[in-house]
Amino acid sequence: MWHYRSIVREAWHRTMAVANFLCGLHVTNTYLCTAALAYGPSMLPTFNLTGDLFLAERLSTRFDKVRPGDVVLVRSPENPRKLIVKRLLGMEGDSVTYAVDPKNSSRCNTVVVPKGHVWIEGDNIYASRDSRQFGPVPYGLLEGKAFCKILEAEAHVMTSGTFVL
Amino acid sequence: MGTRNLLWNVANKYFTFGLVGLTISDRYASIVPVRGGSMSPAFNPQPSISDDYVLVEKFCLEKYKFSHGDVVVFRSPSNYKEKHIKRIIALPGDWIGTTHNSYDVLKIPEGHCWVEGDNSASSMDSRSFGPIPLALVQGRVTHIVWPPERLGGVERRYPKERVSSL
Repeated sequence: MWHYRSIVREAWHRTMAVANFLCGLHVTNTYLCTAALAYGPSMLPTFNLTGDLFLAERLSTRFDKVRPGDVVLVRSPENPRKLIVKRLLGMEGDSVTYAVDPKNSSRCNTVVVPKGHVWIEGDNIYASRDSRQFGPVPYGLLEGKAFCKILEAEAHVMTSGTFVL
Repeated sequence: MGTRNLLWNVANKYFTFGLVGLTISDRYASIVPVRGGSMSPAFNPQPSISDDYVLVEKFCLEKYKFSHGDVVVFRSPSNYKEKHIKRIIALPGDWIGTTHNSYDVLKIPEGHCWVEGDNSASSMDSRSFGPIPLALVQGRVTHIVWPPERLGGVERRYPKERVSSL
């Protein structure tokens, strides 16, 4: 009898430890810092075509500390299940001048970013779907600010079983 | 030494409890108060007397699949610190008739939705700020949990004659 009780107690303690660890992981990932993979041509040359792993911190977006020039992680206004990486170019009230269609014409347009919104663009304006198409995005869609690249695309090549950084 | 040990244990308990609570409220469900009369009579039928508390489920955030008439909590598009509770009237691809100042028919863009309060006289919603991205949605309201006499589910309804999904 005592034997079973101690086994149950042990199992309970272990389960709780695992659950606590997972909760801690979730909280760290949601409130402090997250890792994300950026791929596609829109952020060339900052991020590579084939995928760079980077860290994004969640504190500056939460406490309104992001400024124009920051690279931000944004939930896409066109597909809520997708996250996109763009550069923040204008806060609310700023007037932003952008090239409407840089491939074919040099026509520029100026808009004033409305209250509570931000203007985001990819670094590679020739192949980026951003605020120039879907307009300013609400600040609430910002998910984090990228602050360090941890793995460049070339580093995915494995040489003798180790990662080359 | 004993006091210090006890304090450490208590702090540890609170910290663990906080972590677990935060995770549950982020990922699964949470309870939030409803303020103001914009959703009356579904919530706060008499706004000045007491606030209703509602259960918000977060499972819908994995796929962002919503139906017409769902009541959702979302961040205000003009101020990210505010959260509003409104009803989804139209989903991406629908056409909606707006009764704002002139009668107009509008197509909801990809990834957006049209939200309105039940009490159209005192509600700040899509009629003033237009369609909002679905990504601003933070959860779906399923039940009223407080006050106890109003305990029950939230029904799904919307003005069908104003929406067409051609």
